[in-house]
Amino acid sequence: MSDTVAYEEKKLKIIGTRPIRPDGVDKVTGRARYGADINLPGQLFGSVYRSPYPHAIIKSIDVSAALAIPGVKAAITGDDFEDMPSQFIPVGEMVVNFRDMTRNVIAREKALYDGHPIVAIAAISESIAKEALKHIKVDFEILPHVIDVVEAMKPGATLLHEEQYTLIERKRLGSEPTTESPPKEPSNIAKRLTWEKGDIENGFSKAHIIIEKEFNTKPVHQGYIEPHATVATCTEDGQVEVYTCSQGHFVIRSQCAKLLGIEVSKIKVIPTELGGGFGGKNNVYLEPLAIMLSKIVHRPVKMVMSRNEVFRATGPSPAGHVKVKIGCDKNGNIVAADAQIDMQSGAFPGSPLPQATITCFTRYDIENVRVIGHDVTTNRPKVAAYRAPGAPIAAFGVESVMDELAEKLSIDPLDLRIMNAAKEGTQTYYGVTFPQIGFLETLKRAKAHKNYNIPLEKNQGRGVATGFWMNIGNDTTSSLNVNDDGTIALTIGTIDVAGGSRSSLAMMVAEEFGIDSDKVRVTTGDTSQLGFNFVTAGSRGTFAGGIVAILAARKAIEECKIRAAKTWNVPLDEVVWEDGYARPASSNVGGFDPLSLADIAKNATKTGGPIAGHSEKNVQGAGPGFGTQIVDVEVDKETGSVKILRHTVIQDAGKAIHPAYVEGQYQGGAVQGIGWALNEEYIYGDDGKLQNTGFLDYRVPVASDVPFIDTDIVEVPNPYHPYGVRGIGEVPIIPPTAAIANAVYKATGIRFNSLPLSPPKVLAAITKK
Amino acid sequence: MTRRHIEAKINGDNCDFLCESNETLLSVIRNQLQLTGTKEGCSTGDCGACSVMLDGRLVCSCLTLAVEVEGKNIDTIEGMSNGEDLHILQRKFLEHAALQCGICTPGFLIAARALLEKNPNPTETEVRYWLAGNLCRCTGYHKIVEAVLDAAEEMRG
Amino acid sequence: MKRVKKMQYESPKSIDDAISLISNSPGNVRLLAGGTDLLVQMQSQVADPDLVIDIKNIKEMKEFKKEDGVYTVGAAVTGMEIIEHEEFGSDWPGVVDGVKLIGSIQIKGRASMGGNLCNASPAADSIPAMIASGASAVIAGPNGRREVLVEDFIKGPGKTSLKSNEILLSVKFPIKKPNSSGAYLRFTPRTEMDIAVVGVGINVTMSDSGICEEAKVSIGAVAEKALVVEDAATALVGNKITDEIIENFISKVRASARPINDKRGTVDFRIQVIGVIAKRALKMALERIR
Ligand SMILES: Cc1cc2nc3c(=O)[nH]c(=O)nc-3n(C[C@H](O)[C@H](O)[C@H](O)COP(=O)(O)OP(=O)(O)OC[C@H]3O[C@@H](n4cnc5c(N)ncnc54)[C@H](O)[C@@H]3O)c2cc1C
Ligand code: FES
Ligand code: FES
Repeated sequence: MSDTVAYEEKKLKIIGTRPIRPDGVDKVTGRARYGADINLPGQLFGSVYRSPYPHAIIKSIDVSAALAIPGVKAAITGDDFEDMPSQFIPVGEMVVNFRDMTRNVIAREKALYDGHPIVAIAAISESIAKEALKHIKVDFEILPHVIDVVEAMKPGATLLHEEQYTLIERKRLGSEPTTESPPKEPSNIAKRLTWEKGDIENGFSKAHIIIEKEFNTKPVHQGYIEPHATVATCTEDGQVEVYTCSQGHFVIRSQCAKLLGIEVSKIKVIPTELGGGFGGKNNVYLEPLAIMLSKIVHRPVKMVMSRNEVFRATGPSPAGHVKVKIGCDKNGNIVAADAQIDMQSGAFPGSPLPQATITCFTRYDIENVRVIGHDVTTNRPKVAAYRAPGAPIAAFGVESVMDELAEKLSIDPLDLRIMNAAKEGTQTYYGVTFPQIGFLETLKRAKAHKNYNIPLEKNQGRGVATGFWMNIGNDTTSSLNVNDDGTIALTIGTIDVAGGSRSSLAMMVAEEFGIDSDKVRVTTGDTSQLGFNFVTAGSRGTFAGGIVAILAARKAIEECKIRAAKTWNVPLDEVVWEDGYARPASSNVGGFDPLSLADIAKNATKTGGPIAGHSEKNVQGAGPGFGTQIVDVEVDKETGSVKILRHTVIQDAGKAIHPAYVEGQYQGGAVQGIGWALNEEYIYGDDGKLQNTGFLDYRVPVASDVPFIDTDIVEVPNPYHPYGVRGIGEVPIIPPTAAIANAVYKATGIRFNSLPLSPPKVLAAITKK
Repeated sequence: MTRRHIEAKINGDNCDFLCESNETLLSVIRNQLQLTGTKEGCSTGDCGACSVMLDGRLVCSCLTLAVEVEGKNIDTIEGMSNGEDLHILQRKFLEHAALQCGICTPGFLIAARALLEKNPNPTETEVRYWLAGNLCRCTGYHKIVEAVLDAAEEMRG
Repeated sequence: MKRVKKMQYESPKSIDDAISLISNSPGNVRLLAGGTDLLVQMQSQVADPDLVIDIKNIKEMKEFKKEDGVYTVGAAVTGMEIIEHEEFGSDWPGVVDGVKLIGSIQIKGRASMGGNLCNASPAADSIPAMIASGASAVIAGPNGRREVLVEDFIKGPGKTSLKSNEILLSVKFPIKKPNSSGAYLRFTPRTEMDIAVVGVGINVTMSDSGICEEAKVSIGAVAEKALVVEDAATALVGNKITDEIIENFISKVRASARPINDKRGTVDFRIQVIGVIAKRALKMALERIR
């Protein structure tokens, strides 16, 4: 691959150790400042009036009574924003339909979900702002609504967007993509996307066994503990400054600029510490509202969501309806695979359909594949990315069917996967041919793992499943300065989305220089300090951030060598950099004492000025990530309650820069997967309102729900990263749902095709049996 | 009568503040006393991010009215370390990488300290049940539980 | 011009002061114990009181005493205080089971049994246990005090027999019978931090020869309020607790449940599981007598 940075095997000193993270002390002492911790002098408080209905025409809005309350300073509605045409515009490395985005930020003609913002107000205190909401009068004409994805796809279903005609796209391996003209009738199906490879009819005709099943999953929320928060200031001369807790401050800037019609250079976004995002903080919610309010009053406007607002109005993952059909020959080789994935995107099109369809079968080397996907609008909040967006939904179906095939063929479920595993050279149905990958290693390590061989007792079962995520690179920048004492200031534009990437980046830079990692201070820069960075998502923080940090370091090291050459008065090629020192390349060069980074830094003024390096790059060569998980469960057959006894994550990290943070990602992702499998779901009433808008009824796992999560880090280097790093954040959430369902099958003899495996569902099935 | 004048002790220091009668202790701690280490994740008692000690009891500051703390002692995360010395739990959280985004961390530390003061030798299960009122979405709890068990061992000496 | 309404807060030192405050305040008055229900309701704007009366500074409300075998637990005594009271725990383990299940340690640091009772949620965890123990509510009003059995105190979801100028003073437990014990168990999807989908409180007294002499069973979260299941108690009394008797007991429990479908569970599930939980609670109580 051109434009990539090659892997080099070398002896490592820093990488692979477990230093304490640089943001750690601030976090254990309460000093770290998150979104809601920012307060600016003279700030006002904003709050949002939200639709109480899932679908309604907004006939009129009267804010006069609210504005009459002393202390209320401004009120805005959709009319305060420019309307935008429906077209897909690349902004901030994403293709966004701003007609939809402006409507999601604040409703225009219709409210499309329970919680849809309709009015935003600013007042001198939080309590006045909240009180003012009670005095806003909106005249609604309530419309019928549709919540369920299958219902929404039916002809004659209530339409969210009367002008929405299905976009039909077909991508056949080896051919140019084609589009068909859309159907004459509008529908809730925004898009139909088909991937094809080989000939599935012919493939299935050779099958000895075919299993075909349907699956359903519920939307689940990212569940970050920090609610969205922002403080925005717009000065009289139109300069905008925004503090926000997001996964991509550059993208927030781009979106705000477009939505508000402000030049990019006039907006500065300063990222705060991020209290969790998992994909849910990639897009704007409050920021455009706070800026617009501040544009009226020219005072800082602070807005913080309540937990209720987070659940009702920020993006959960989609719900999915999935059909999977897989055929195998007698020996268990997959001959054909077919899937249909219907995903609800919420109020506006744009579910993670591409990711779901791409990852669906990609763990396996299959000659004949077809995957059809539908992107379906429903009266729910617009979905957002959630850790490996889309992939767990497809994998739940595929990995369940794989388990059934293994059983029918009397093959160990890991062996069936080993037989069919994608490896280096496998061409996927979406075109990519895999470089060196570690999928087989994870499967083999799983088979040999002690946890795969512990005997089980009555009512217990063991399940396995696998996951794949392509990982991404994308636009990334960093700037590195050598301080005058030889320490290093590294400014990055990716967000430490929690995993500890600041630590990992410091370690990579330290490794390059040959110094201790605590000599490298990593700061996340604001949007005025660096070139554009894509959102920190898709497991790219340590991979892409690492590459630009390494390249910046290499530039600075090159400069250090130049300074040493100058000092010694020798040609540059007679200086080498080793272990933190510039040294003569050989004894022939002269008997110079090595110069440390500190020596060189101290004399930088004399040798030409400060030393720095920077890198701006559309990073390529993300290493595909694969993992295998083993789960043991115990089912209480009298209550339907499923207990996780053991959970083992075996995953290829490429290279674990900081193994503890890799384990942390595996454990955190697995437990989110456990929540998805067992108890998390959005519950809507017949009135289309979300019923579980708090953590008491939206049941994320608590500490006593889960066991220790065993981890095994496989390291098959990514050929396109200097240290072999792959992304690791997404994969761990993919296997748990199917692994748990497969384990429950072993314990009960019942296959569950819909999530969550909540006690009522499990008990009903056991009773029926 | 508009705002109420309240005197209390916070992290050992005398303090006073004015508050509305319906204002929560969490809001006063964060917004008036500017001790933003105590976090708000839900304001309904479900997440534990706002955990503080109130006269030696572990409570959710989001479900406590500020007017109730007249004459009481409040301990927050800001008072956990002693000068240069981090509390053993704080140190163990760092060593075990028991935090990721860290938004839950102050609440976990306050709750874990309350546990170890009461039960210096808890089992894994006891740690998990005691901390069930503190949500963490990042770590899967593994390293948090490890850190607390390890801290307990060191504190027992 | 509109004004933002201001809530008032009072913290009387005596019952009489509290009662006169309630009686003389116009508008919406709410009592505050631990606030773990009231503040949640205020946050979600379900409650919007004009006056909140904090009862925690009234000495009697915080009293926790045993006199002549009778426990009196002040209405504002917190969950953690109850859990930490070892003697109470050995006398009334079922009640402590229920209290232990109320929210997290943080919640129990404030939440009171009195608040649990007065909030009168059909799913309240301490109520079936109190009922099974034969506990009564001590009520103070302008005309003095009265006592009612907990099962009669609760009228429906959020409804009690308190008059608008009355306060719950304490919960009183009868003298514990020898050879008796109790248990409370509930079912929730999560291990902690959840609201009961079903709950069962039970108290049994056994003879030396293993015959059940007395029993009281109360079930929660399967009706508009916690119910007393006399049939289930009758199924036990006079018998050795054999598997057959237990089956009969379970069917009586199931027969008296009349749950609804809601976000926390279905009718079928609740009826099925209430039997299971009742059986387990019974066994737990019997285990404790031994
Ligand atoms: C996160 C969370 C989890 C929870 N989990 C559970 C659970 O698992 N099980 C469960 O049963 N409950 C649970 N609860 C509910 C609550 O904690 C309990 O009902 C608790 O016992 C209430 O006690 P309190 O002292 O906090 O009541 P308060 O909120 O102070 O009062 C409750 C109600 O009773 C009234 N009141 C209080 N004292 C008196 C009195 N002396 N006389 C007359 N009226 C009075 C108040 O005005 C109010 O209406 C949970 C709550 C939260 C926030
Ligand atoms: S903010 Fe208090 S428990 Fe969540
Ligand atoms: S570390 Fe992020 S929520 Fe716990």
